[in-house]
Amino acid sequence: MTGRDSVDGLWAPQALRIANKVQESTDVFSFELELEQSFDIRPGQFNMLYAFGKGEVPISMSAGPPTTTRLVHTIRNVGKITTDICAREPGEEIELRGPFGNTWPLESALGGDVVIVAGGIGLAPMRPVIQALLANLEQYRRISVVCGARSPYELIFREDVEEWSARRDLDFHATVDIAPRGWTGTVGVVTSVIEQLSFEPQRTTVMTCGPEIMMRFTADAFCDRGVPAESIFLSMERNMKCAVGFCGHCMYGPHIICRDGPVFRYSRLRDLLHIREL
Amino acid sequence: MIKKSISDLLKEHPFFASLPANYIEFIAGCGRNAVYEAGAYLGREGDPADVFFIIRSGLIGIESYAPDEGPITVQTMTAGNVVGWSWIVPPYRWQFDARALETTRVVALDGKCLRAKCEEEPLMGYQLMKAFAAEITGRFRANRLQLLDLYGRAQK
Repeated sequence: MTGRDSVDGLWAPQALRIANKVQESTDVFSFELELEQSFDIRPGQFNMLYAFGKGEVPISMSAGPPTTTRLVHTIRNVGKITTDICAREPGEEIELRGPFGNTWPLESALGGDVVIVAGGIGLAPMRPVIQALLANLEQYRRISVVCGARSPYELIFREDVEEWSARRDLDFHATVDIAPRGWTGTVGVVTSVIEQLSFEPQRTTVMTCGPEIMMRFTADAFCDRGVPAESIFLSMERNMKCAVGFCGHCMYGPHIICRDGPVFRYSRLRDLLHIREL
Repeated sequence: MIKKSISDLLKEHPFFASLPANYIEFIAGCGRNAVYEAGAYLGREGDPADVFFIIRSGLIGIESYAPDEGPITVQTMTAGNVVGWSWIVPPYRWQFDARALETTRVVALDGKCLRAKCEEEPLMGYQLMKAFAAEITGRFRANRLQLLDLYGRAQK
């Protein structure tokens, strides 16, 4: 199946068997789903995961590049649908339809500096981007990743984080808001780390995903350092229903997040992000 | 290897970017280089705050000590940051502990010496206070974001 090429893929959920389940933190789980056919999903795109009788949730792919046999989604248990899905075990199935949405600007970032800023579960949609960047390091100048979490216990993808921290060809920073005894890393919000990064503002692409307030402060911090708002990309989240731009549930000003996004340039969102109740 | 003077080091530091060179020369007279190994305290809560630090490299934890938990790090500071502003404000005592979390190189500036120079040269004092006001504002903004506990909230 190739997602958008198939009408069934857009409207009718297909059931995929859970091959593996990993508990990433207290309330975050990754599911590796078995595919019978290749599934063309790109970093930034999402699927609608379905809990029968409860509803659907939009969840980004969290590992890549896409493989012919495995699809990975990382889910935080925060509501009745995600509670239902997170309770499933290997051997059971998860129903999904997709893929939907646009992608991170990996191609337009070629040749320049790239900075990734992820907060909390926002690291999940960013992981395929980091993996893609690392697989093509020679095509970019300098790659920096800033990863924020509430505490070290809530830092997801710990094996990857350890590997990224150890790499000399990646400027990686993990920072936490609350440090338990023994934590010797950085403490503070991601914006504090941005001050320390080296990049050439006019040749930098920033990609950020996390709580909206964090993304707003992050984008402003990069603007303050001279990065054009057109070069800063945010992944937005709203209450999505149809995922194809018909129902209008995820309207955000003039934008429909599921159809026009979820990845947007900051220049298109800056004014909207400062409107309350939007 | 050419050894850099204190004024050279201050001129390279972002904190002093807005200050004219002649003021930096004047301030440098109150400075000295220092190295703190991991675990060493640069300042302790309640002690006289007669010094502040310009971090050249390394990592410093701003901490408070809790009897049941030991040191709790509220924020970390690294190259490009400034540690300590209690030297400006009476009663000139450290409000938190500042401890090196790894080998840390700093320029230590004598607060008493600098206070005297600020009195002697009010225009320089005003410029320095403006630089500190910007630093303090940035630190408060970061602390407030931390207090929002952004990642702990359910994303809707």
